[in-house]
Amino acid sequence: MRILTAALAGFLALSPAALSTAAMAQSWDEVIDKARGQLVFWNAWGGDERINAYIAWAGDQVQARYGVTVQHVKLSDTSEAVARVVAEKAAGRMDGGSVDLIWINGENFAAMKRNNLLFGPWTARAPNYRFVDTVNKKTTTVDFTVPVDNLEAPWGMAQFVFMHDTAHVKTPPGSILGLLDWAKNNPGRFTYPQPPNFLGTTFLKQALIELVINPAVLQAPAVDVQENTAPLWAYLDALHPLMWRRGEVYPQNGPALQRLLDDGEVSIALSFQPAEASGLIAQGKLPDTVRTFVLDNGTIGNTNFVAIPFNANAREGAMVLANFLMSPEAQAHKQNPEVWGSFTVLDVARLPEDAKASFDALKLGVATLSPGELGITQLEPHPSWVAALEAEWAKRYASGK
Amino acid sequence: MRSVLASAGVSGEARIPVSPLRWLPAVTLLLLLGPVVAGLLGTVFPAFGYLPALGRATFSLEPWHALFASPGVAESIRLSFVTGLAVTAVSFAVVILFVAGWHGTRSFARVQKLLSPLLSVPHVTVAFGLAFLLAPSGWIFRLTSPWLTGYDRPPDLIIVQDPDGLALIAGLVVKEIPFLFLMTLAAIGQVDAARVRTMARTLGYGTTAAWLKAVFPLVYRQIRLPVFAVLAFAASVVDVSVVLAPSTPPPLAVQLVRWFNDPDLALRFVASAGALVQLGLVVAAIFVWWLGERAVACLGRLWIRAGSRGRRDLPLRVVAAAALTASFLAAFLGLASMALWSIAGRWRFPDPLPSTLSLNAWTANADRLANATLNTATIGVAAAFVGLVLAVGCLENEARFGKRASNRALWLLYVPLLVPQIAFLFGTQILLVMSDLDGAWIAVAWAHLVFVLPYVFLSLADPYRAWDERYARAALCLGASPLRVFCRVKLPMLLRPILIATAVGFTVSMGQYLPTLFAGAGRLDTLTTEAVSLASGADRRAIGAYALLQMILPFIAFGLAAAAPAWLFRNRRGLRVTV
Repeated sequence: MRILTAALAGFLALSPAALSTAAMAQSWDEVIDKARGQLVFWNAWGGDERINAYIAWAGDQVQARYGVTVQHVKLSDTSEAVARVVAEKAAGRMDGGSVDLIWINGENFAAMKRNNLLFGPWTARAPNYRFVDTVNKKTTTVDFTVPVDNLEAPWGMAQFVFMHDTAHVKTPPGSILGLLDWAKNNPGRFTYPQPPNFLGTTFLKQALIELVINPAVLQAPAVDVQENTAPLWAYLDALHPLMWRRGEVYPQNGPALQRLLDDGEVSIALSFQPAEASGLIAQGKLPDTVRTFVLDNGTIGNTNFVAIPFNANAREGAMVLANFLMSPEAQAHKQNPEVWGSFTVLDVARLPEDAKASFDALKLGVATLSPGELGITQLEPHPSWVAALEAEWAKRYASGK
Repeated sequence: MRSVLASAGVSGEARIPVSPLRWLPAVTLLLLLGPVVAGLLGTVFPAFGYLPALGRATFSLEPWHALFASPGVAESIRLSFVTGLAVTAVSFAVVILFVAGWHGTRSFARVQKLLSPLLSVPHVTVAFGLAFLLAPSGWIFRLTSPWLTGYDRPPDLIIVQDPDGLALIAGLVVKEIPFLFLMTLAAIGQVDAARVRTMARTLGYGTTAAWLKAVFPLVYRQIRLPVFAVLAFAASVVDVSVVLAPSTPPPLAVQLVRWFNDPDLALRFVASAGALVQLGLVVAAIFVWWLGERAVACLGRLWIRAGSRGRRDLPLRVVAAAALTASFLAAFLGLASMALWSIAGRWRFPDPLPSTLSLNAWTANADRLANATLNTATIGVAAAFVGLVLAVGCLENEARFGKRASNRALWLLYVPLLVPQIAFLFGTQILLVMSDLDGAWIAVAWAHLVFVLPYVFLSLADPYRAWDERYARAALCLGASPLRVFCRVKLPMLLRPILIATAVGFTVSMGQYLPTLFAGAGRLDTLTTEAVSLASGADRRAIGAYALLQMILPFIAFGLAAAAPAWLFRNRRGLRVTV
């Protein structure tokens, strides 16, 4: 035991700074050279079949073009990968880490940035980064109020939307309070995924944004949590008895909730991808009576990123993969509602003609709202609110009778 | 007779003075118990706040305070405790009452045949099937709606993931019944049950009473350890819980896995403390069971002494048979529904069958299905093979040197099955990370071996010990070396049980979830880990595809185990199966 401890101490004495500086000075050609033959462990949430298929497609592409092998490590929650990196740092593993690339944003990014667990800044060196729309899509540079600082590469836009089955819902509610009224008339036909699942937590945040007295407090680190969140808990106390299974059972994530919509158990579901309903209809996983709606005052929007841990084993391979994910080709493929339907982070107007054409050729899909109909994008609250909401939710609703 | 045996043993020893065989039991125990003991230590220290790798080198009770202050933990503990005892009591009662009422009948033989397919499918696969069968939007409601129930939309009823854990208990009972049944069958074979029962019958006792009064006391001693294993498993299972257990809050073991995976490292200390609570919970459950044993023994003695003949046992027999049939039927229907989902296109409530068919679940996931199948197969074969070599080595050591494993040694074999996995896997993971082995194929195979070996040994021990040593003596007298005797005489004659034991080991490996997750660092996907990662949501079609493969692989394994001897011995009449 003592020998092990001593060995660990020795590891800890080695500073990773020297290594990182050298890596950051590489030219992009050198990156591509070094990436060839590397095996990239891409840690990404694995709960959605269509996303898994897209990740497999991207892996095949970089294998064919750059000789980089990608293995998708399927997480049930992104925090698992963060935990692994944290544990590796604690155990003194300063290189050769087991996580090469993480699909990340929000509180997980904030935690990794705060604890210096990320490699970089590097995204500005990736050739395809120049097409990213950092002007009109502000969330590509500010992630849940935290500056991105080129530590993570944007690869998808997300906006919180509601799906409803028009066979059962004639006029969808236009606000969070309207949803409560709707539930009074339709008991048992609405639910949300159990927090800390990100979709469920986003529902809490969306409700909080509409219910909080002063929405501006949400853009700064959490203060006066009791007082500021009180309207949310009052709202949930009223909503839960009207929900599916009276709020005693919850679906565990978005796909589970969408399956409930397909089964007819619920009439309204949630999504973080405005085109998801169309894609699921095309795949025969939702009835073609499903449509999308947003709230009158807009809904939360954010950006999905990929980041490289400080001790990644296949750092170059991960950069090559991230660069490919930002390419017009990969972005267009991703926006195709039959593939995934996740909106691009690029500024399509600035793209070369042929690339622009491939975006123009994409159909919106039967249940997808146009960018105009999607309305105002509300900003994510500061990540510290997430922890506060999740802890309080667990205490109130997930600690038994 | 005994002296002859002894002299044969001595001559064997004389020929190979330092047989490596002698070391094998020690090596086996080290491979088996090493990870458990090391892993437990790796859990105990952090539970008291000591883990230098995470920057804490002082002991404290803080993790315990934090554990008992976390919301819902008392309910989680209660849920796990009740589940463990309820699953064991129900499946035990069904098995014992059925065997008591029907042993020796034709229906009994028929049930026996249904046993192995159900036994060889992983727990979580059965759980998936059951979840779909029973849910308000599931198959039973689809088959009966709207013509019978009047529902054109699924009713808002809590059936699966109910807060009391009844669905979890049902799902585990369905899978533990075949296991306890098999163990009971093996025990019956050892105690000459048929004669004892006949004797009791001639004294005028009814079918069930005769068995319970005369045979059960003999049989129970033999199946006690497997019963404890069921108890420990049900109180600490994770994968089945993800599918069937409530989540507000979940059973303790599920909560512990979440804490272990949290980026807040302080929670790892809490999780370690929780892992010890999990261990204590299992010990407490076993203690309660032991008290129950005493009570039943007391009452049983009174009942036996009272001498009632219990001839009107038909209702009891019918109930036992109905319970067993229902559980088998539910399991098979559930599995069938999963197979059907894997080729379903649209299948909406309340359609009794898919309205369109599609191979999309297979084609879209072909690479991942193939990869998971490959990992499952290679790890399973490796773990089963190594387990087999060690088990045969130990048994051969026992046969040659006459050292029969004591009862205490049998307890050692059961240690990995009795200690909750979560209690030592976290500690094991720390050791693996330190030695840079986490995520390595070999680490996963070893972790599987810990659970495979006991089953391989248990399923091989009886046929191996029953082998007539006089064949070996005859061959030795003809001048063959012990090695040659082993290879040319013993192995061919025992090939059939050896292959079946290997197949058992393979299916045990297939079903491992937590060991794969912890030792594989999430980087090695097997059919089970893939299916569980899809479990909480996603598409029933994809889950169906993984579930069907989980049914097919054991079928192939047992098929090969049956076909290989038949083919190898096609020209040797004496070695063919005689049924």
